[in-house]
Amino acid sequence: MPVYRSIRELDWPLLIVTLALCTLGVLQIYSATLGTRWQDAWWKQIVWVVTGIAMMWVIASVDYHSLLGARVIYLYIASLVLLVITGFAGNKVFGSTRWIKIAGFTLQTSEFVKIVLILLMAKSLTDLKTEELNWKDLAKLAGFVAVPMALVMKEPDLGTALTYIPILICGVLMAGMRWKYILVITGILMVSLPIGYHFLKPYQKDRLVSFIYPDRDPKGTGFQVIQSRIAVGNGGMWGRGAKESSQTHLGFLPVPHTDFIFSSFAEEHGFVGIVVALVLYFLLIMQVVQNAQTATDRAGLYICMGVAALLLFHVLVNVGMVVGRMPITGIPLPLMSSGGSNTWSIFLMLGLVNSVRLRRFVN
Amino acid sequence: MAVTENDHRQADEVLPERFSRDASKALSGKIAIFQYLTVAVFVFLVSAFWKLQVQNPDVYSEAAERNRIKSTPILAPRGKILDRDGRVIVDNKASYSLLLNRDQIKPEHLPAIAEALQLDYGELAGKIHRMGANPQIIIKDQVSRDDIAWIESHRDLDTYPEMQLIQAWRRQYPQDGLAAHVMGYVGEISESELNSPQFLDYHQGDIIGKDGLERQYDQTLRGEDGQQRVLVDNMGHEREMENAQDAVPGKDLRTTLDLDLQAVAELAMEGKRGAVVALDPRSGEVLAMVSRPSYDPNKFTGRISKNDWNEIANDPYKPLMDRAIQAELAPGSTFKPFTALAGLETGVIDDQTEFHCPGGASFYGHYFACWRQKQGGHGKISLHRGIAQSCDVYFYNVANRLGIDRLAQYAELAGFGHKTGIDLPNERESTMPSTKWKMRMFRQKWYAGETISVGIGQGAITVSPLQLAAAEGGLAVGGNWYQPHLVKTPSPKLLRAGHLNSQNVQDVIYGMYGVVNEGGTGRFAALPGIKVCGKTGTAQLASNQLLKGTKLGQTMKDNAWFVGFAPEEAPEIVVVALFENGEHGDRASWIVRDVLKAYFDKKAREAKAPWQSARIQPFVPRELFNPPAPEVQQ
Repeated sequence: MPVYRSIRELDWPLLIVTLALCTLGVLQIYSATLGTRWQDAWWKQIVWVVTGIAMMWVIASVDYHSLLGARVIYLYIASLVLLVITGFAGNKVFGSTRWIKIAGFTLQTSEFVKIVLILLMAKSLTDLKTEELNWKDLAKLAGFVAVPMALVMKEPDLGTALTYIPILICGVLMAGMRWKYILVITGILMVSLPIGYHFLKPYQKDRLVSFIYPDRDPKGTGFQVIQSRIAVGNGGMWGRGAKESSQTHLGFLPVPHTDFIFSSFAEEHGFVGIVVALVLYFLLIMQVVQNAQTATDRAGLYICMGVAALLLFHVLVNVGMVVGRMPITGIPLPLMSSGGSNTWSIFLMLGLVNSVRLRRFVN
Repeated sequence: MAVTENDHRQADEVLPERFSRDASKALSGKIAIFQYLTVAVFVFLVSAFWKLQVQNPDVYSEAAERNRIKSTPILAPRGKILDRDGRVIVDNKASYSLLLNRDQIKPEHLPAIAEALQLDYGELAGKIHRMGANPQIIIKDQVSRDDIAWIESHRDLDTYPEMQLIQAWRRQYPQDGLAAHVMGYVGEISESELNSPQFLDYHQGDIIGKDGLERQYDQTLRGEDGQQRVLVDNMGHEREMENAQDAVPGKDLRTTLDLDLQAVAELAMEGKRGAVVALDPRSGEVLAMVSRPSYDPNKFTGRISKNDWNEIANDPYKPLMDRAIQAELAPGSTFKPFTALAGLETGVIDDQTEFHCPGGASFYGHYFACWRQKQGGHGKISLHRGIAQSCDVYFYNVANRLGIDRLAQYAELAGFGHKTGIDLPNERESTMPSTKWKMRMFRQKWYAGETISVGIGQGAITVSPLQLAAAEGGLAVGGNWYQPHLVKTPSPKLLRAGHLNSQNVQDVIYGMYGVVNEGGTGRFAALPGIKVCGKTGTAQLASNQLLKGTKLGQTMKDNAWFVGFAPEEAPEIVVVALFENGEHGDRASWIVRDVLKAYFDKKAREAKAPWQSARIQPFVPRELFNPPAPEVQQ
């Protein structure tokens, strides 16, 4: 059955919400970096967004099924190789090796691994064809995620590594699992988390401690938590106005255009601005979920739900960090934070979502 | 850019059977759970923002304000103190002060800072502790160039970021202690001052007037410190400054002092102990006021070191004491004109009354000597010669006829026994004995014999140089006593009008004319062409009785007084000199002569060439012998 697929078939509400968030992001990056050494970041971000949209369209026009064959295995192996290369030959920035130079672009490989993991998860779950995963299946799926996670944590980049977990969790929960399993896994996690704490790097421990007790060392590790909360609170109901935010412009806010862009947004636009932005994120995620619901098959559903889970996790952890409800993990806010790799990976994921949408009437 | 048909067919071909549409009913429930979870996450996030931004935004906006704004005081310069011609006596000099920002102070920095800036560590730590409420603490004034260099090179973020230099004003007083007691000095407000209601609007660390005019007119002289708000970034770098509040400089204080006269009086007192007071008796304006020994108030400016303070405070000659208003000494013979006046006014004597002076006389079983006892006394002596020759026996007799209360009545009219009320802090009350006074003080009856020595200014009577000047000045202008003051007032304030018989006043003044111009005891005070009147006084120390027989008592010589005014026909100036341990009044008369000469020389100079005068307001002589019935102010 020939299907007419054109630009009209794209998920326009999704695209509009996406572009609205990108616009807020670019404006906020401009405002937050004015007069700093990052003041070029806003037009770079425009370049990332425009190229990201092009990538999205390319991916949307590819049938996602074609990616779910052997290709996804190749992609997965290629990702692992890239991660290893990054570990050896990557650029060291702020004490961690996350970036690799490919064709003139400095890319964060771990960001693109997310997409591969979403696809791999979709493929594996579809292959299993079961409503109830057994321990063997679970071990296999967890293993798929654990290997890149370990490599990314080695960089070290705990934040990005953690973003792989919601892909796994969402996948296995969607595929179906016995309640008994869920309880057992939860129990194991409860026990292993305190033990895992001892394997964290000292700075990661500090972050956790300062998340729980930010006032313990206000000039040290608790600094970012406190300053971010002050920035948000300083915004009040209506905000301080663009470029009027003292926390942002006097440098009290750490990296106000990347991880803490929402703090600076909150300071300048207040509670009203925050609600607008969060509503946009909510619509974005709901639109992705809606595409999961209309997906023609399970594979499309898994892809869309993986993307939705990842976006939700990003928003929760980043925005939660900004208001001091989550520890500082250093993961960016999708579509708003300045940065090429993250922006591109989000647009690639949205491309997959559109690909699923465009093929919803197949069969 | 649609996917080509070909692509699609290919995709269809590779589609394995597992991609076939399967029942997703079971999954729709799970998707719903995910949607609820999403809603929960967003509600959680929005509520977190609500809590921070809407529920208590003040907490955070204040925190942001504290983050970015560093306020530093802009110190207001104090007003200058000027003489009557507008010449500057006390000035300000720009300097730098070092302050520490409290929120950046680290206790481990203090020893190093104290050492580099030659501060006492204990004092510094104590001060920081004491000024717990101050966001900034000034720890050193008049920072030297070397110190500035050290501070600037050590106030970076990694060393001692709490240090900050601010512009300050250093009080500059005249050299050699000129007018030091009148001017006073400034210092940091003390704990006890802070606790008194008088200093309600003052703050810890404020510089206030501690003594003299600086204290009396502190409200006028002190400006209002401003505040500079400096925007700082997270590295502590100053981004921009705004003057949130400009400093309001203090108002200048125009005094009645004449620097020329003050300088002459200071020079005349050089190396002596005592005081000089020059007044304009027609208004009470103080023209010069000297107290010696003096001190250098420049050492007191701002925060005096303990050593400097101890050195001055423990000096046995008490340089901090303002003898002009705080000395309580017997006036000696300078009191005689008032005894004479009381005698004339009450009618117990008249201008013809004569007494015989054989060199002493007995009253109530006690023998009272005259100062010419060794030369055989003054013989038969009249009022005029009695004053001119300062015959003690004459005044013993007058006092005896008057009795203490009538004598006290006229003395108090002239201002004895009371503070003058001059605009200076810490003036001391003096004593004019009377029956009431004795009953009040000692619960004892007055013995008539005690009156005799009071008649010549000895006994219980004490007076300060200023008081004596005011009393004699009031007498000189016909019995009208004006409020002595140091800061110009729109009109002189008449304290007491004597309503005296002008003939009686003239008789007394004529006697005082004789003291200077008829070979009397004050002949050294005479000036050519100017009728100077005066009176010497050689006063035994009030406590002489106690000291008799001790070694100190023998080395203690009598105090020399001289009071002079001129010209006789219309007095414009009255000068009192006290020369402690000067032995005889004529040794004080030289001092008075110098001041009077300076006054009349200057007047002559200005009359000749008024355009050369430093005087900004022309001096208008007033006819005061016939004053237009001045009202007595209650």
